[in-house]
This record gives sequence, C-alpha cells and structure tokens, in this order.
Amino acid sequence: MDFFLQLLISGLVIGSIYALVGLGFVIIYKSSSILNFAQGEFLMLGAYICVAIFTTYKVPFLAAFLLTLAFSVLLGVAMERILLRPMIGEPVISVIMLTLGLSSVLRAVVQGFWGTDTRPYPEIFPTTPVQIGPLPVSQGYLYSVASVVVLLLLFSVFFKYSRAGIAMRATAFSQQVALSMGISVKRIFALAWSIAAVVSAVGGVLLGGIRGGVDGAFALFGLKVIPVVILGGLDSVLGAIVGGVVMGVLENLAGGYLDPIFGGGVKEVAPFVALVAILTIKPYGLFGKVKIERV
Amino acid sequence: MRCGDFRETYAEDMAIFETSFARRMLFLFLGVLLLLPTFASAFWLDIGNRILIAVIAATGLNILTGFTGQISLGNAAFLSVGAYATAVFAGKWGLPFPVVIPLAGLVTAAVGMVFGIPSLRLKGLYLAVATLAAHFVIEFTITHWESVTGGVNGTSVPPARIGGLDLGGDRRLYYLVLALAVGLLLFAKNLFRTKVGKAFVAIRDQDISAEVMGVQVFKYKLLSFGVSSFYVGVAGSLLGYQAGIISPENFPITVAIDQLGMIIIGGLGSILGSIFGAVFITLLPELLRLVTGSLADSFPQLTTLFASLKMGVFGLAIVLFLVFEPDGMAARWHTIRNYWKLYPFSY
Repeated sequence: MDFFLQLLISGLVIGSIYALVGLGFVIIYKSSSILNFAQGEFLMLGAYICVAIFTTYKVPFLAAFLLTLAFSVLLGVAMERILLRPMIGEPVISVIMLTLGLSSVLRAVVQGFWGTDTRPYPEIFPTTPVQIGPLPVSQGYLYSVASVVVLLLLFSVFFKYSRAGIAMRATAFSQQVALSMGISVKRIFALAWSIAAVVSAVGGVLLGGIRGGVDGAFALFGLKVIPVVILGGLDSVLGAIVGGVVMGVLENLAGGYLDPIFGGGVKEVAPFVALVAILTIKPYGLFGKVKIERV
Repeated sequence: MRCGDFRETYAEDMAIFETSFARRMLFLFLGVLLLLPTFASAFWLDIGNRILIAVIAATGLNILTGFTGQISLGNAAFLSVGAYATAVFAGKWGLPFPVVIPLAGLVTAAVGMVFGIPSLRLKGLYLAVATLAAHFVIEFTITHWESVTGGVNGTSVPPARIGGLDLGGDRRLYYLVLALAVGLLLFAKNLFRTKVGKAFVAIRDQDISAEVMGVQVFKYKLLSFGVSSFYVGVAGSLLGYQAGIISPENFPITVAIDQLGMIIIGGLGSILGSIFGAVFITLLPELLRLVTGSLADSFPQLTTLFASLKMGVFGLAIVLFLVFEPDGMAARWHTIRNYWKLYPFSY
C-alpha cells in the first residue's frame, strides 16, 4: 500500500508539471493550430537560464526566476515574429518540421553554452520532509504542486475575465470573427507563444528544483507531454490538466508495477501505448472539440 | 527556338526524361558513379554508401509523406525493423543477401502497414503523433526482445554474401547499394505514372474528393504505408550490412527527424527532391567536420562544440529552407534550369 501511495504521489507531482507544459501546448494549438514540438526545449532552456542567472550574477533565486520569465516572454514573441508568421497558410508538415528544426536549434544553443553535464540546482525548497498520513513527502513536491495549482487557477481567471484572455478565446473560436471585432490576431499569437514559453519555463524550474539538477533529458518532456494533450483533447485547457495528472499517475504506476516484469523502460513507453489506444478509440480526447469528418 | 513547355502527346507528358540531353547526362552521371570506387578514398566511399542508403530511405518517406500526404515520424523505427530483420535472416538463418534484403523490406512493410491502420481515422497532426507513438513502441520492443535483438547491447550482421561472393567492406557493398538505389528510384519514378501513384497523389491533394472519384482511400493509404516502409526496410537492411553491428542507439528519434528534414529540404512530392535532400543532409555534418577541422588550430574550442554545432546547423537549415524556399531544392533546381534553358529571353 505504501508503495502504491508513493507511486501515486510522485505521479501526481510529475503529472502537475505535465499539466503545466500541456497548458502551453494547448494554448498554442488553440490559437494557431500548431503542435509545438519544441515545447520540451522551452522547458529545458527555462531551467538552464534560471540556474545560469542565479549562479553567475549571484542574485536571489526569486529574481533569477522572474528574469527567466521575462526572457521567456521575449523568446515567445520572437518565435512568433520571426518564424511562425511566414508559416501562415503552409501545410501541416511544414509547420511540424519548423518546430522540430527549432527544437534542434534550441538544444544546440543549450549544449553549446552549458555542455551536456548535469548542472546542479540550488535548494529552492526546504529539505525536511512533511508527514502526510503514514508517508513522508518531500516539501519540494508540495510546493511545486501548489504553485502549479495556483498558476492554473490564475490562467483560468485570465481566460475567463481579462480582455486579453477573452480575445484569445475569440481567436481560438474563429480568427475571421476575431479580426472583424478589431482583435489583432498576430498579437494574440505572440501572446500565446509567450504564455507557452513562460509556463514551460516555470515547469522547467520546478522540475529542476525537484530533481536537484538540470540536463539535456529535460527536452524529452516535450515529447512526453504529447500523450497528455491528446488524452485531454488538443484544444482543451481543462483536458491538459486532467490529462497531465492522469498520465503522470499512469506512467508511475506502470513503471512501478510492470518494470520488474519487463526489465525496465516501461515508464517511458507507457504513455505512448496509451496514446495509441486513445487515438484508436477517441482521437479527440476527453474534452477536445470533435470535428466530424469522414476520410 | 522553343520558348515554353510544349507537350504535344500524352507520351511526352508522361515521359521520365523531358529531353534526350537529360537522359544522356544521367547515363554519364551513372557512369561516373559506377567508376567511383576505383578512385574514391575509403572515407568518401563510406559517405557515398550512406548517401545512397539515405536516398532510398528518403524516397520511401517521400512516397508516404510527400506524395500521399501522410506525415510519419516513425521512420527511424522502421529503419531499425529492416536492420534487425537483416540481422536475423542473415545472421541467425544464414540466408544469402538477394533473399534477405527483399525479406527485410517485406517485414518492414508489414510492420509499417500495421502502424498505418490508425490512418483510417487520423490525419495530419494526429497521424504524426500516432507514428511518433509507433516509434517508441517499436524501440521498446527491440530493446526488450533480447532473444532476437540482443537488447541494448545490439547484435551483429554478417557481411552480405551469396555462394562464394562476399560483399563485405564499403568498396564491394557500394555496387549493391548503388544498384538497389537506382532500381528503387526508377520504380518510384514509374510508380507515379501508374494508377496507384495517381491515387496516392489524389489522396494527398484532397482525400474526400479522391473518395468521391472512386479511390479507395483506406486501401491506398495502407498501400502507401506498405510501399514506403518497404523502401525504408531495404535501406535499414543495407544500413545493417554496412554497419556490421546494430543496436537501438543507432535509431533514435532524431534519425526520423533527419529524414523528414531531407524531404523538406529536397522537396516534398519530388523524387529528385529526395535525392537532393539526402545528399544535402548526409553531407552537411561531414562538410561541417571538415570546416571545423581546418579551423581547429585558430579556434580550438570548435572541436568541443562540434556536436552542438552540427545539431544547430541542421535545425537552422530546416528553418531557413521552410521560411525562404518551402518547395525545397528540387523547385530551386527547376527554376535555375528553366532560367538557363531560355536564357537570355526568359519569358
């Protein structure tokens, strides 16, 4: 039972970060119908930049974190302005390849600046574990889940009540109508990419804090979040959250119980097996908008 | 003087070579390729083999993605299926290569068609994601099916043999690779002059219209997955023969991305484009290595940065091509050729 609970808790923690990165995916997909394969690189870049600012300039961690977020905003705007705008009207494959090429460039930049070794993270969370029921749980887990929940709540409020959020939803609903209502769709795209870069960077910093270091493997998160958003539905914010938590728990349970049978590696492949199943049964996910089209 | 594109008969319209000059130049080029092993160094022969194998794989992917419009991120996994099938047929069963290579192609075609089944309901992004899942599932299977594949340690592939003929080593393997590449390219070029090829293109352009016109969309999609995977399987088989030892590390997801890069840079839906792209992407790191090697004295840090430089240049090449020449090198080639054809009266 303890084993199960442990798996469940670590699954929930990883799942909450999946949810955060998935949110970035969904926002980009909703506003511009692009599946961003460079999301994992955004996460990795955020994590690296935060720790680089912290160690090089000796600023407080919070300041380094805020600077990272500012950088992410710029990164998102630059992406949209330089790369995505020429892609308007191009076929899906071109846009996919563009984000794949971009991910390759970002990975090269990170490797060129910081090498391939794991860079240690400062202890941003208190280290003494907290007792929840029978289990000791690391405080880092609690803090990161709490910050993810707060962020997701903030974004829900943002989408529901703020002018920019409403404009974003309008753009997602219909670009033409949004344009005729005086919404600048280009600005909305830039906003979407910035938000995606910011939430990914937050996810990267939290993950760095939990794991105690950052390395190139962080980029794989971008691929692992794909099953998450497919499960939740590519255009549903709620779906990203539910999908993230479900996938996080699923992969941890599968890894915990099936690894001894298969001899390792189940954790990595389980989300993709689930992905195949979801795509065959319910391609638009739990909350995605169903486009009925016979092919 | 001909100042335009005159095709007066159907035969002319369907012809592979527009002019007899083009045909003669091609035969000349083939002659040079045939003589290559007599003067090329071992280094360049190895690269030549890799380029030809990449041409086969890229042509396969182009049949599926460029001509039929089904995006596949599973090519690295299909390559590995071809390579491992070769390891089993040639290594464990000791079959000669004329049997092994088609068998490896067929096995890969079967696997490809299984993973093509989701294309019944999925297209575009969703299919790309499904083939991405296929990659990870196949990779997991290969890593864990140790009795056949040797797991993470990999397995060995004996040199290509039949009777007393031994095609070990790049120099002798080159002829086999070249012959297969030319044959498969010719087949692909001809495929798109037939009913099947036209059906593929119809599905790419508009699947619903294709269905209305009487093309059985699902059947042809599966067929496209099959033909494409056959090509990739043959390429994988040759890769196995060339490498001698294969392990899951040889087929990471980046290989699939490289191949998509080849057809994007070369030109989607163009056989010529597959060739250009494969040559470009295979040569890129080698040229980069030469450049960094010659600059290493003045900039010693370049050698340590090489891995990231390679990745960055690859990504940048894709991005730049997509932004500035979305139709790829094949389109640029046609533009240049047409310019000179009518020079100086280019109208």
